[in-house]
Amino acid sequence: MLDSGAGAALQPGSEASILPLHLTGVGLDIAGHRLLDGVSFELKPGPLTVILGANGAGKSLLLKICHGLLSPTRGEVNWQSTASAQIRGRQAMVFQRPVLLRRSVVANIDYVLRLQGVSKPERQQRIAASLQMTGLTHLQHRGARVLSGGEQQKLAVARAWAVRPEIVFLDEPTANIDPAATVFMESLIKRFSAAGTKVVLTSHDLGQASRLADEVLFLHQGQLLEQAPAQQFFARPENPHARAFLRGELPG
Amino acid sequence: MLDLDESLVEIILVSLRVSVTATVLAAVVGFLLGAVLAIWRFPGRGALLVLLNAMMGLPPVVVGLLVYLLLSRAGPMGSLGLLFTESAMIIAQWLLVTPLIAALTQQIVADLMLEYREQLYSLGAKRWTMLQTLLWEGRYSLLTVMLAGFGRAISEVGAVLIVGGNIAHHTRVMTTVIALETSKGNLTIALALGMILIALACMINAAAAFSKIYAARLYG
Repeated sequence: MLDSGAGAALQPGSEASILPLHLTGVGLDIAGHRLLDGVSFELKPGPLTVILGANGAGKSLLLKICHGLLSPTRGEVNWQSTASAQIRGRQAMVFQRPVLLRRSVVANIDYVLRLQGVSKPERQQRIAASLQMTGLTHLQHRGARVLSGGEQQKLAVARAWAVRPEIVFLDEPTANIDPAATVFMESLIKRFSAAGTKVVLTSHDLGQASRLADEVLFLHQGQLLEQAPAQQFFARPENPHARAFLRGELPG
Repeated sequence: MLDLDESLVEIILVSLRVSVTATVLAAVVGFLLGAVLAIWRFPGRGALLVLLNAMMGLPPVVVGLLVYLLLSRAGPMGSLGLLFTESAMIIAQWLLVTPLIAALTQQIVADLMLEYREQLYSLGAKRWTMLQTLLWEGRYSLLTVMLAGFGRAISEVGAVLIVGGNIAHHTRVMTTVIALETSKGNLTIALALGMILIALACMINAAAAFSKIYAARLYG
């Protein structure tokens, strides 16, 4: 199964990497509310990073700032690369509620590949590989908007996969889907990571974080309180809020 | 008295030709203008939106009068010789329908923008691509907008009467004939034409509704 996946990872050496990503003192105010404050970290290629925190901790906002959908009020976001077209083209994001186009499944993937200027034979090959990996091949000519929630989320992953990003951001990708679809989605996320793509995922689900994470960023009320390897975080969290969160005693 | 068979077909054809052409041309400009107003932010945008919304309710006779002044012999475009032709009627109806289509399109695309903006930006779409994508995503609603525009065009009498002149075998359309025949007391003919007009409008709307339902079932 991994054969189609291995080919889909970025080709090393084809272009300079855009990673690591540095955030320095990032803060975000909206309508006078301080939603993120003094967030600094580095995302290196490799480990699967889970941004963990309660609802309202600022996880999604942080992800959107990384992905360039929001500009921080304070601080800096710096990629290794300075070429903005390259930075945009080599990252992808899967939203909590993916927005799919009113077209067929195939056309939804084709759309993003056309935007990236991928040639037609290459597009067809990548679409087939993405559909196969996400198990959507039999639904390829169906309208994307008439699929079930789980299938729509798989299509969003297929669309991200087809782009062959160097880094993919997933915003609570399993928040709206059933347990079976969640298990499958987690296996897809692991394959994404195994294929060499940097995966950054937000979650408030401790089980999911412990199943997936190599590295945990713990966010609480807009502040990054802990960044640690997953094993260390779950065994010996240093921050008192993190300990409370792990015990299920931390309100959002 | 109207020679029903031949004249009637002629009148219906002129009506459809004028209103369909005006609506299609208005859609080309209106969709684009509406989408630009929904997606871009520029100085004067607010004022333009208010103006556009106000122009949705333009009285047809006033538009007819303006186009008449524009196209009359002494007017700025008098040399074109367009007054009392189908072209003049198309221009007048285009002026009536374009603000309606543009204002409604702006509303639809602005709503779509809320839903799609982040996703499209994330996929790497630039604004011009966003515009094309959103117009296509809104196609079912925009079809309804176009029908509303066609409805305004085919049903108005004031503008086409003034700039077309209701000339037999030339610029006579259903609404101007209904007005003329009613004033002459030929209520039977006026009523018959009125029913044909309503039937036509129903048929076109039904066809559009069915294609919309069919497409929506396919693509959600």
